Amino acid sequence: MSTAKVRRGTTASTVFAVVAALITIALVTLPSWGQPSTQRKIVELMTLIAMAQMWNLLAGFGGVVSVGQQAFVGLGAYSMIFFVNVHHHDLFWSVPLAALVAAVLAIPIGLVAFRLRGSYFAIGTWVLAEVCAKVIIIQKPLGAGDGASLKVSAYKAATRQDVVYWLALVVGVGAIALAYVVLRSTLGLQMQAIRDNEDGAKGLGVNVYRTRFIVWVLAAFWTGLAGAVYFIQQLRVQPVGPGGAFSVIAWTAPIIFIVVIGGLGTIEGPIIGAVVFYVLRDQFKDHQTVYLIGTGVVAIAVALLLQPGLWGTIRRRFGVDLFPLRRRVEPAKPD
Amino acid sequence: MSWVNSVVQGILVGGLYALFATGLSLAFGVMRFVNLAHGDLAILAAFFTLSLTKSTHLHPLVALLIVLPVAFLFGYLLQRLIFDRVVGVDPAYQIVATFGLGIVIQNLLLEKYTADTRGLNVGKLETASIKVNSQISIGWLPLITLLCAVGLLSGLALFISRTKTGRAFRATSDDLDAARLMGIDVRRVYTMAMALAIASVALAGVLLGSKGSFSPFSGPENLIYAFEAVIIGGLGSLWGTLAGGITLGIAQGVGSHIDPQWGQLAGHLVFLAVLATRPTGMFGKVEAR
Repeated sequence: MSTAKVRRGTTASTVFAVVAALITIALVTLPSWGQPSTQRKIVELMTLIAMAQMWNLLAGFGGVVSVGQQAFVGLGAYSMIFFVNVHHHDLFWSVPLAALVAAVLAIPIGLVAFRLRGSYFAIGTWVLAEVCAKVIIIQKPLGAGDGASLKVSAYKAATRQDVVYWLALVVGVGAIALAYVVLRSTLGLQMQAIRDNEDGAKGLGVNVYRTRFIVWVLAAFWTGLAGAVYFIQQLRVQPVGPGGAFSVIAWTAPIIFIVVIGGLGTIEGPIIGAVVFYVLRDQFKDHQTVYLIGTGVVAIAVALLLQPGLWGTIRRRFGVDLFPLRRRVEPAKPD
Repeated sequence: MSWVNSVVQGILVGGLYALFATGLSLAFGVMRFVNLAHGDLAILAAFFTLSLTKSTHLHPLVALLIVLPVAFLFGYLLQRLIFDRVVGVDPAYQIVATFGLGIVIQNLLLEKYTADTRGLNVGKLETASIKVNSQISIGWLPLITLLCAVGLLSGLALFISRTKTGRAFRATSDDLDAARLMGIDVRRVYTMAMALAIASVALAGVLLGSKGSFSPFSGPENLIYAFEAVIIGGLGSLWGTLAGGITLGIAQGVGSHIDPQWGQLAGHLVFLAVLATRPTGMFGKVEAR
């Protein structure tokens, strides 16, 4: 008797794996051949990719739409201030610690927010992020409302730039790898089952609350990590206002636009979205307001027409998967 | 005595929060729709009124006679052209569409009016107050705002319980499919609800602008207060919205009295406490789905 085969990889994904490896090697060695300004740009791009990837993991696969991701960016950034400025810890070892703080605080935040559902959950996360900002603003050792600058005088500028760059690579490429591994695991399967049909997933024995909570904390960890790395490059941390660590406009708005325009619910989407968003933002440097209006309009249009975004459209038309998550069943050949 | 004053002022501010929250509560109640641009639409109305009063020299509260019908019509169009497409679909699309709308409104206002904070000029009314005793005085404008909130909620309650359209609102809210089967034009109900919601939030925006100051970025803050008022009061309860708004106002008033920096945080903490211990709020009937 012949049996059908389940295949996950595709020709496109195999070719892409080679290309991705080459790109990664090029990026890792960039400090030895590229410009410092390119390095700085890639740090920004990589942290954006990481945050977008995490939001997509929550919203696109887990059905958990958060408008409060800035809480974890801010907690990551301010943990750096806390460890480095107040407690004089090593700058680079503080990065994983900062992410851990974001993840640990995501537990009580999640416990409250998860009492709400759907759109109310979204505003709830926003309020909770606001609460985090308000608490930070009254902390004098962390610079209160004025913000603070990371104390990095003990590190050589060039060394710091290179280490930040490699950290950002780990954060960006790691986020993609993390999303891929999670989505191919049982946890990922459970998430997608919940997103597609919550009652159905429950019926099959998926613990909806637990699954969502794990992803929530995981996303908080990685978003905090990205925030910490980003602010080592920026050095100056402010709680609110333009570019503030807890600003919804500075973080969650771009993240949502990136994912929706790139393709919600695909791993490729946030990467493409981040590159497009970043390149265009750079082009429209002097017209930030107009640029935000433009991306907002595009995001609304994508949502209204229930469009699958850039990558979703490509996938629909050509059926390619660079990160194969689907299981393809191949019928057995007759004997 | 000054404690009593902070409670009194808190109650008055609570009226404004209730006014903000009514539209949010209504849209959620009727079509399970949450508009993340709710606060930004209020600020849009405030800026519209600013331009209107500048060009016509009308008093802002008189200008409401023009602003409210315009807002009603705007809400009607918003529902027909944009929101209708995302009611009843995956909340992710709802959130993206309304959040995107909020960002667009904020930045359009920024382009036209710069980031300066503005206020609507209501003349003597701004400072006019009733002196109760040496410590407590009740401002006319906050009092009018509170009365507007009570009036609006009473009107809505009557409308929903007594009129035919109100009955259609309740039916749609309770069971969408059954309402459709009974021949209710659900699309019309949604449009009416959103038009009313936007008109009410425009009223809130103009009153906010008359009493305090606003900038293109004041919207989200007010969305958050409105949302907290709805959750504290309990989803699906109109009068709960008023109670929620007042509770929030008192918490902020008493918080600021202890330490000015603690005002907003105290409000947030009350909200969190309610959510953690009693997620259906004070008068809530439905779970936040």
